[in-house]
Amino acid sequence: MAADTRRLSTGPAVRVQDLHRSFHQNGGVLNGLDLDIADGEFVALIGRSGTGKSTLLRALAGLDRDVDGYGRITVPGSVSVVFQDSRLLPWKRILDNVTFGLRGAGAAQRGRQALAEVGLAGRERAWPYQLSGGEQQRASLARSLVREPRLLLADEPFGALDALTRLRMHALLRKLCERHRPAVLLVTHDVDEAIVLADRVIVLDAGVVRSDVRVDLPDRSRSAPAFAELRAFLLDELGVDEENLR
Amino acid sequence: MTATIHRGEPATGAARADHRVVRRRLGPGRRFRFAFWVGPALVLAVWSIGSATGLISPAVLTAPWDVVTAFRDQWTDHDLLGNILSSLRRVVVGLAFGVAGGVLLAIVSGLSRIGESVFDGPIQIKRSIPTLALVPLFIAWFGIGEQMKIVTIALISLVPIYVHTHNGLRGIDGKYAELAETIGIGRGEFVRHVVLPGALPGFLLGMRFAVTSALLGLVVVEQYNAVSGVGYMIMLAEQYGATNVIVVGLVIYGLFGYLADTAVRLTGRRVLAWRRTLDD
Repeated sequence: MAADTRRLSTGPAVRVQDLHRSFHQNGGVLNGLDLDIADGEFVALIGRSGTGKSTLLRALAGLDRDVDGYGRITVPGSVSVVFQDSRLLPWKRILDNVTFGLRGAGAAQRGRQALAEVGLAGRERAWPYQLSGGEQQRASLARSLVREPRLLLADEPFGALDALTRLRMHALLRKLCERHRPAVLLVTHDVDEAIVLADRVIVLDAGVVRSDVRVDLPDRSRSAPAFAELRAFLLDELGVDEENLR
Repeated sequence: MTATIHRGEPATGAARADHRVVRRRLGPGRRFRFAFWVGPALVLAVWSIGSATGLISPAVLTAPWDVVTAFRDQWTDHDLLGNILSSLRRVVVGLAFGVAGGVLLAIVSGLSRIGESVFDGPIQIKRSIPTLALVPLFIAWFGIGEQMKIVTIALISLVPIYVHTHNGLRGIDGKYAELAETIGIGRGEFVRHVVLPGALPGFLLGMRFAVTSALLGLVVVEQYNAVSGVGYMIMLAEQYGATNVIVVGLVIYGLFGYLADTAVRLTGRRVLAWRRTLDD
């Protein structure tokens, strides 16, 4: 059971200090991690498998009850999580999934607006199984957005989608984040995805921040030289040598 | 890098219309009308032909048309409707108590370790004792009146409801509980929006067993000191060797069971519209 000091943030949206997490046999997963995320900042978290990306995200979401550890975590009052699977309740229609747990009058109206924003207007009455994988993930984005979170945690939200759908989802997520301005922590395996979406890319290694890069590209198209340069740098940080892959 | 780009021609006209019928190849196939009635109609046909040709003697099994006559006779002269209603009342009241109790216990024991440790053991032990073997004890406790009959029917239907609802509830994917936690809903809302709908398929399966069990219980308890009911009618008929009346009673029991089971199945098809199964 993690024994953290947990507070609601007043300063930066997220402040993590000296965070430790360990599973019983494997030893430390997070070893004294520090991280700040400013209000409205989009941070992508990359790292090889087992470097503690998801562990950090689950710690911020307050979902790691069965893990040992300690640290200081400050997060906003309204946090929303987008999982790798859409996690729509199969027995609720799309609109009811989006407004699930919302209180007060106008919840349905807000839900409809959120669905329209993700391009699912007209599908309010559909069952989750009637939607494609990309549409399901869009519905789950709508479910997060309708809560107007100050922090959006996304754990490889596009990992299960095909490449074309993923590109469309990138554009959608950028647009939505620019409009709603939540702080975002996106866990991903995909270096390109991190560069396209984020204001900052953080590389995690052995449970600590290995590098913290501000993405300051005038042009985020993948063909820009600066993009390729940043990608090469990040891949190098991840221990992947592009030359050796050929 | 060289690439050649071909633009595909849009398909034109009916010449390319695709006439294949797409159907799940390994499924049970398409539904057809009155499918359910094919089997029963065959049985009725064999029975009628057997009676008409004399292969089935009236002492063994009355002919279908004699059963119809006996039914009319019972209806006009022996208060058949009253008997049906009093049987129906027993089974409905008993089933209502059994279902309510079974669902309640399944939720308490499914959602809390304490509830499980208190209730699950006794119910599992009770499950291994046939409820009908408890009837003598219930007679000692509740007498031979309506109370004993309703308690027996309630207990016999409680067990399948409990077992299947509990099973369905424990089978709900833990990731939905995780989602509910991130959304920050309370336990009451969690039960209403996640647990109950998630356990519904299990509950409906339990319901089908419970209905059958309740009718079994009804048949047995109506042998004890009944002054009304379908079982009472059958017992009287037995004393007079009137097989036609016995068959009337059996047909009514059969109709009870069939109608109840159909009601549960149709309800299931409606409320489980969110599922896509091999049945669709």
